[in-house]
Amino acid sequence: MKWKETGNITFDDIKAQIPDEKYLEKKPVPIIECVEEIPCTPCYEICPTKAITMKNLNDIPKLDPEKCTGCLLCAQVCPGLAIFPTHFHKEGFARVYIPYEFLPLPEVGEEVIVLNREGKEVGEGRVFFVLPREKSRGDTPLVGVEVPREIAFETRHIKVMRNEDCL
Amino acid sequence: MDLRIKKHPLLDFTEKRQRKVKFYFDGKEFEGYESEPIAVALYANNVKKLSTSAILGRPRGLFCAIGKCASCRVVVNGIPNVRACQEPVREGIRIMSSQGLEKLEVVEEFPPKMKTPETIETEILVIGSGPAGAMAALKAADLGAKVLLVDYTSKIGGQLVKQTHKFFGWSKYFAGTRGTKIAKILEEEIKKRENIEVWLESPVVGYYEEGVFAVLKNKKKIVFVKPKRTIIAPGAVERFAVFENNDLPGIMGAGGAQTLMNVWGVKPGNKVLVVGSGNVGLIVSYQMAQAGIKVVAIVEALPSIGGYFVHAAKVRRLGIPILTKHTIIKAEGEDSVKKAIIAEINEKWEVIPGTEKEFDVDAVIVAVGMYPDTALTQMIGAKHVFVKELGGFVPLRTKYLETSVKGVYIAGDVSCIEEASTALMEGIIAGISAAFSLGYEDEDAKRELREVFKDLDEFRAGPRYIRIKDALKKVIINSEGV
Repeated sequence: MKWKETGNITFDDIKAQIPDEKYLEKKPVPIIECVEEIPCTPCYEICPTKAITMKNLNDIPKLDPEKCTGCLLCAQVCPGLAIFPTHFHKEGFARVYIPYEFLPLPEVGEEVIVLNREGKEVGEGRVFFVLPREKSRGDTPLVGVEVPREIAFETRHIKVMRNEDCL
Repeated sequence: MDLRIKKHPLLDFTEKRQRKVKFYFDGKEFEGYESEPIAVALYANNVKKLSTSAILGRPRGLFCAIGKCASCRVVVNGIPNVRACQEPVREGIRIMSSQGLEKLEVVEEFPPKMKTPETIETEILVIGSGPAGAMAALKAADLGAKVLLVDYTSKIGGQLVKQTHKFFGWSKYFAGTRGTKIAKILEEEIKKRENIEVWLESPVVGYYEEGVFAVLKNKKKIVFVKPKRTIIAPGAVERFAVFENNDLPGIMGAGGAQTLMNVWGVKPGNKVLVVGSGNVGLIVSYQMAQAGIKVVAIVEALPSIGGYFVHAAKVRRLGIPILTKHTIIKAEGEDSVKKAIIAEINEKWEVIPGTEKEFDVDAVIVAVGMYPDTALTQMIGAKHVFVKELGGFVPLRTKYLETSVKGVYIAGDVSCIEEASTALMEGIIAGISAAFSLGYEDEDAKRELREVFKDLDEFRAGPRYIRIKDALKKVIINSEGV
């Protein structure tokens, strides 16, 4: 478990839990990057279809992509900001939803830089969806970004290019 | 440029920036906002050095920011040894940096005429209004007990008031809710209950053998409080890391940094190094990034990251490096920190020569853990034992959290350094148990108590807390054994 030293997992660590493409093509399916047993259940508690299961408080959540409706609630409430719903909505592209608690909040249509789990730039994306804090069930804004399919599972953060003197 | 946060993704400071006041520090005029502490107003103005140490003449500044250390002492309108982190700025006050050991000028006759303070009685005295104390007060009050809740700070919620992250655990213990919001919920709930009296800015300053606590009510007058039961929930104190020049202003505890930026909207620095990768170190790093601060690195002496993976992942995706097997060896600067030097260490924790790295920083945030604040439990004569896994010296207690002093209960970090979630649960146990012992009975509360015991057990059953669960066996005594 190299993530204990680095603080970031790699695609290999979650490869096994990536749902089949037939689900990803249908709806945004949560990619749950919660690899450590910690006492936490909000995703399990909020899931309206019981698609997320846990055996006890410390268990690692598991997703049944069949039951998942792609409602995005788990990504909004996750205290660890560790859930990234991913949707293969059209050939060659993917839509990835990112919990984003920074300023400025991008706007729909805006081009942003895409960062991976180590904060490295892996490409560019276009924001297609913004759920502001007030509307989020978990008080965390969710930003949806459309990216080339090959970086879908590397898209974990964004950098807004607008140069706004806000902080 | 001042260090005030202009815009924040989660917090709004306009309410705290209503009225500007002018004050003087070492003869120079400064501007601050009414009700913010002196140390905060000065820090915002980039004044970090608050005092000079008595013997070696070293510069000193803010460290804990919550009145638990003595790093920020100043002289206010002639009164020495005032903690700058606790005293609000007021229009026209004259503050002098402390130059060591100033004496209080006694203008009254000596010895002063003593007045015997008023003594009041209450059924349950709860000391500390953090998650443990607030919850204990609520639960005891709901069973019908008359509760007096005292806290030395000006707000209910303890350290929740600066926790902007969402809590873990179950939703019934506020999982998914930000600490700042939990503090507000607890405050509102407490206000709703007529049988809870709250004294804020009222530190407990003494204890007498007949079970009487001396409380400095509203920091104005001593009142003797004689409770039938007492719940002590004072929380924890931040630990210091040992390295050269670790007393330079600009080097502060993670909790201190959180108070500064999340309560008062002042950045601890613009470029910062964080020492320690436990949850607190990771969370404070993420929060600094949210406040627009550049975190140059997090150093961790152990070979692996201490905190939750999800917290680490949150800072890693911002590009903040977490350097395991690294430690800070030295800080440099005249009146405040300007540089931090880190190095790699081997298995014996020795610095590997040639691996030193320098960072230009204006703050170093130390997040190397906490220890239980047992000042009060020691004072009342409760038996303590040293248990490393629990954070240091902790009081012995029954399953129901009663200490070796009959009628005195504990809850939260004073019982063991853990989580706010477990502090809430312990608060429920202590509150209900104390009320039960006064004869307040209720079937629902009995059920709730059973459930909390079960929940705590499940919480601590995971790999993260099993060490605590095992260590707790060393401090649990049975009621007969007290």
